[in-house]
Amino acid sequence: MNVTRRGFLKLAGGTLAAAGVGASVGIKSAYAQPFKVRYAKEVTTICPYCGVGCGIIAHVSNGKVINTEGDPDHPINKGALCSKGSSLFQIANNDKRLTKVQYRAPGADSWQEVEWDWALEKIAHNLKKERDKSFVTTNADGATVNRLETVASIGGASLDNEEVYVLGKLNRALGLVYIEHQARI
Amino acid sequence: MAEFVKLIDVSKCTGCRGCQVACKNWNELPAEKTSFLGSRSLQNPPELSYNTWTLIRFDEVNSEDGKLKWVMRHDACLHCETPACAKACPSPGALVKTAEGAVVHDPKYCIGCKACISACPFNIPRNSAAEEKMAKCSLCYDRITNGKKPACVTACPTGCLDFGYKDDMIAKAHKKAEASKGAIYPDNHSYGTNVLYVMPAGVKLTDLQNVNPKPGMPTTILWWKNLFKPFTLIGMGAVAGFAALHYFIKGPHLVEKKKEGGE
Amino acid sequence: MTNHWNDIQHADVVLIMGSNAAENHPISFKWVNEARAKRGAKLITVDPRFTRTSAVSDITARLRSGTDIAFMGGMINYAIEKNRINWDYVRDYTDGTYLVNPDFRGPVDLDGLYSGLDGSKYDKATWSYQVDEAGLPKRDLTMQDPNCVFQLLKKHYARYTVKKVCGLTGTDPKDFEAVCDTFTSTYLPEKSGTVMYAMGTTQHTYGSQNVRAFAVMQLLLGNIGVAGGGINALRGESNVQGSTDHGALFHILTGYLKTPNAKQPNLVKYNEDNTPKSNDPQSLNWWGNTPKYMASLLKAWWRDADLETAYSYMPKLDAGKNYSYLPIWSEMAKGKIKGMFVWGMNPAVGAPSSRMVRRALAKLDWMVAVDLWETETSAFWQTDAGVDPSTINTEVFLLPAAASMEKEGSVSNSGRWAQWRYKAVNAPGHAEDDLWIMNQLVNLTKDLYKKEGGAFPDPILNLTWNYGPVGLDGKVHNPSPREVAKEINGYFVTDKEIEDKVTGEVKKFKAGDMVPGFPLLQDDGSTCCGCWVYCNSVDDKENKMMKRDTSDPTGLGFYHNWSWAWPMNRRVVYNRASVDAEGKPFAKDKPVIWWSGLKKAWLGDVPDGGGGPGAKHPFIMVPHGRGMLFAAGMTDGPFPEHYEPLESQVKNTMSASQVNPALARWDKKVKEEVCDPMLVEGCAAVTYGSEFAKDFPIICSTYRVVEHWQTGQMTRWIPWLTELVPDQFVELSEELAKEKGIMSGDLLRITSVRNLEGITAYAYVTKRLKPFNINGKTIHQVGMTWHFGYKGLVTGGNANDLTPFIGDSNTMIPEYKAFLVNIERVRR
Repeated sequence: MNVTRRGFLKLAGGTLAAAGVGASVGIKSAYAQPFKVRYAKEVTTICPYCGVGCGIIAHVSNGKVINTEGDPDHPINKGALCSKGSSLFQIANNDKRLTKVQYRAPGADSWQEVEWDWALEKIAHNLKKERDKSFVTTNADGATVNRLETVASIGGASLDNEEVYVLGKLNRALGLVYIEHQARI
Repeated sequence: MAEFVKLIDVSKCTGCRGCQVACKNWNELPAEKTSFLGSRSLQNPPELSYNTWTLIRFDEVNSEDGKLKWVMRHDACLHCETPACAKACPSPGALVKTAEGAVVHDPKYCIGCKACISACPFNIPRNSAAEEKMAKCSLCYDRITNGKKPACVTACPTGCLDFGYKDDMIAKAHKKAEASKGAIYPDNHSYGTNVLYVMPAGVKLTDLQNVNPKPGMPTTILWWKNLFKPFTLIGMGAVAGFAALHYFIKGPHLVEKKKEGGE
Repeated sequence: MTNHWNDIQHADVVLIMGSNAAENHPISFKWVNEARAKRGAKLITVDPRFTRTSAVSDITARLRSGTDIAFMGGMINYAIEKNRINWDYVRDYTDGTYLVNPDFRGPVDLDGLYSGLDGSKYDKATWSYQVDEAGLPKRDLTMQDPNCVFQLLKKHYARYTVKKVCGLTGTDPKDFEAVCDTFTSTYLPEKSGTVMYAMGTTQHTYGSQNVRAFAVMQLLLGNIGVAGGGINALRGESNVQGSTDHGALFHILTGYLKTPNAKQPNLVKYNEDNTPKSNDPQSLNWWGNTPKYMASLLKAWWRDADLETAYSYMPKLDAGKNYSYLPIWSEMAKGKIKGMFVWGMNPAVGAPSSRMVRRALAKLDWMVAVDLWETETSAFWQTDAGVDPSTINTEVFLLPAAASMEKEGSVSNSGRWAQWRYKAVNAPGHAEDDLWIMNQLVNLTKDLYKKEGGAFPDPILNLTWNYGPVGLDGKVHNPSPREVAKEINGYFVTDKEIEDKVTGEVKKFKAGDMVPGFPLLQDDGSTCCGCWVYCNSVDDKENKMMKRDTSDPTGLGFYHNWSWAWPMNRRVVYNRASVDAEGKPFAKDKPVIWWSGLKKAWLGDVPDGGGGPGAKHPFIMVPHGRGMLFAAGMTDGPFPEHYEPLESQVKNTMSASQVNPALARWDKKVKEEVCDPMLVEGCAAVTYGSEFAKDFPIICSTYRVVEHWQTGQMTRWIPWLTELVPDQFVELSEELAKEKGIMSGDLLRITSVRNLEGITAYAYVTKRLKPFNINGKTIHQVGMTWHFGYKGLVTGGNANDLTPFIGDSNTMIPEYKAFLVNIERVRR
């Protein structure tokens, strides 16, 4: 780590020195509280929003993200972040995040919470049923095409490279041709 | 102990509001419930508040050469060299000017009397009716005393916000002002602050929101400080006296009521 | 981006056009401002609005949305007239000297058309170079031959006079000339200008040609391959670059390999069709390596199958048929698509004519959505969406996903840097990362096919799937992105000896060794590689995407030891165009590469391709090796020509061809093929002079603000961001507001021919928009964000409920940037 850029200045700590105004009584105040990220683990990440690829540090303590801020070592942003990048903390700490698998039955007017195993098995069955029913071996000209035209897969620009690669592999093994993502919009 | 200055080169601001959110992030301030503001367009929340210590103000103005300027100005505490808020404050320890240059507040000692709000020449401190406390930017005192720049300065991508030793920053301000033909605000000769702006050239200060073209120590504060304050440590009842005095001399101080908390 | 973010600091002029970089790529301004501070660079912004980018620019020019080619054409004409051309560069590094088929005709001759138009498709037989006996393009080094590319280009753009251009664009001629003068000043070899563009450029029915116009300009000025130059697409999502690299589009596999089609029944035919030939020993013709990359990909996917068998597993498209984003919705509307996976995308807000798209979703039997929050797409069946849930029979699964800091893996930024992110914390509750979800699906599907059999099970049963430790049941349960990264890079699947053709040296590799770089990939099945452009990202020692060394020995900001950039850790592509035939940089104060006679090697950035100075042509991906001023690969003409948006109030004064002649009318197609009246409603369009044109007189663009992102699915749930921009708004000029009796803050209704009920938004009356004077006629333009929908902490009118169902003739990217609306006040 490049200490000179990480720490702006080496200072002797947070002693209050009253400068002639206000009070000069020796108080232990809220603003002299311990530096909150002092003992936190630093984990580096890249901003999930636009394509600049800014570095962000997540400060982690007791399994929680307690702060996020721009990575001063990162050659592109050198610590800077826009309003979206500065709000990463609220993705990690957000009570509206999905935490359970949700299922909506045909015709139902609400979600119900279900378990992963149940949902994934049902999805796999749906997928297989549709693939077996609609798989196209040859096209109108009689050429071999081995494809499934009735299932589409969209998205991927917010996935990691490793995920989107595996997704492409899986999709094409299934025979999908309607494969699209955010690059098209 | 080094003294610092935050330098704001207004013409470089792109209004990305990284600073505004970074401030909330570091200081753990909740979002406010807001709505579309009409004439002030993108500015939101509409004003500084107990939970909003940094605000980008948006002003569409015609500059002196007749061209449209969209001025986006980072507004937060200017950390006066001789802070009127601290002078006005009747509660010891609630507002303190530190050697680093920050004017910091301590909610533990704040009695919610709003004297600081009336006193501030820049209309910065804000009150929470529910908490009966004031709040404002602390220049990220906990960061600057731990070797980090304030959260807003760290976040700024454009070079609009800068932070460093006082002498360096003053020199830099003069260099920038000379190059851009913009004015330094506040003029440090007449009113000293640990936050300096280089204003965009050709823009009248009076065309911008919440800019006091001639900041100074309110006369009420001088009276208060010299005549009355010595007695207040005995009885907080004098707060009411101060408020009354201010009212007689200056009239009511208009601070919009803000909703607290929200999403 | 041909270049990368840090490289912007080397520009002498920055042109931001079709982008609002200060808002949508805010950190780019660190480097724009660095160029201004250090080099005195000038910043130009060309935009219909006065944006936050305009606010900090040295020169701003306004143009009516959809007139970029007119503007750029005028600029090209200006450069030619003022002799601001980098002649050496054009002669040596572009096809300006090539002679074109004498039967070729262009818009000059054919009133806006190119030779070969048949219906809405061009037969491109005449769009070709003349070739000599050796099969090389014939050249005229003086560029005087009337059939050479440069002369044809000159003739084509001579029509783009200032008067004609500004008449169409509505730009103040003084501003236009200031832009031309400043940007073309970079024609000097030691100067460079960069173009930063985004969706303002691409989201038009001729969006690809808008980009081509930049390419032509930059080649004429010698600005490609050099530091501070290039054509830089600012990508809107953290990994839209990486997901494109990894083939998440119908027409490409990984590394931009073409998807096989039905006319390519075997690998031999596929390779024959996709492996261009060049008889020029100086042309590297990089796509000549296609067979190696395709063989290695097939080995990565089906390790144990022979290459032809693996190829037979690949689905084949019908040749020439489009399976892109718009067709997905039209096929769904027809009831042809029954199931859909939605991985972190939100078409219910983001797709064009999104109201029609939401209705099409109801035709699905099932949908699987994977996201961090509930989205409009996953909730399309709810009353919030304005529908009766009991009438919708789609089964919906909404799977909770891990966020970026709750898993690990790499993302590739616009500058092609693949950067590793680490896991900071566990995902909340039962949320899981997408890789885990995909792994489970593969395990379950393999099990089902093993147990029950079914349609063509082999590609599934034989799919290589080994991304972690295998459990007692023979399956992987905890897949590791690090293992996936190794497969993406590629490794030897058998022992292999490879002889270096230049040095004669023999390199020996063992099965399992990582392939050091794509030049060593093999076409015989001895290597596997998931994505050839990422080959070199992981070696036997380390995953280079994790590198965090901030050293910058050249001081030029390449940061070769910070993460890893494709291809081969090259930071500026086409960098051989930055040096002369002796290997000397054109710009001495900002060299990208330079030849060291002493070391007999290139120094600086990783050079494009092998060989010493002057040995190879710089544009290695082009078969003939030179930059293309004349691009026959385009569907709609080798030179960009101005046409009007599909919906326009302006007559095209450049030619009699009002709209792009090669435009495929998807809106009409849906109307013809879909019988459901609820679904065709979204497909109308107000073309120039049509019946309803007077009812929708105002141009509208959609765009983004810094405080939100895309459809809002990742920002309208964030309290700090919803505080900043809580409501949908429509920006309009003071003049239009006066005409309509509107004040800022009024609630407005915005309608288009596709949506007569319209959507509502707050009026934002601003000096930053002005009416355009278009050949004497006043034309108003308004704009709104596409961030709002009916879910989230804040909700608002969905702009895409108004947008047309039409796309660019090359890419099918929808025309979000120019369509017609009307506005009226609902209440004050």
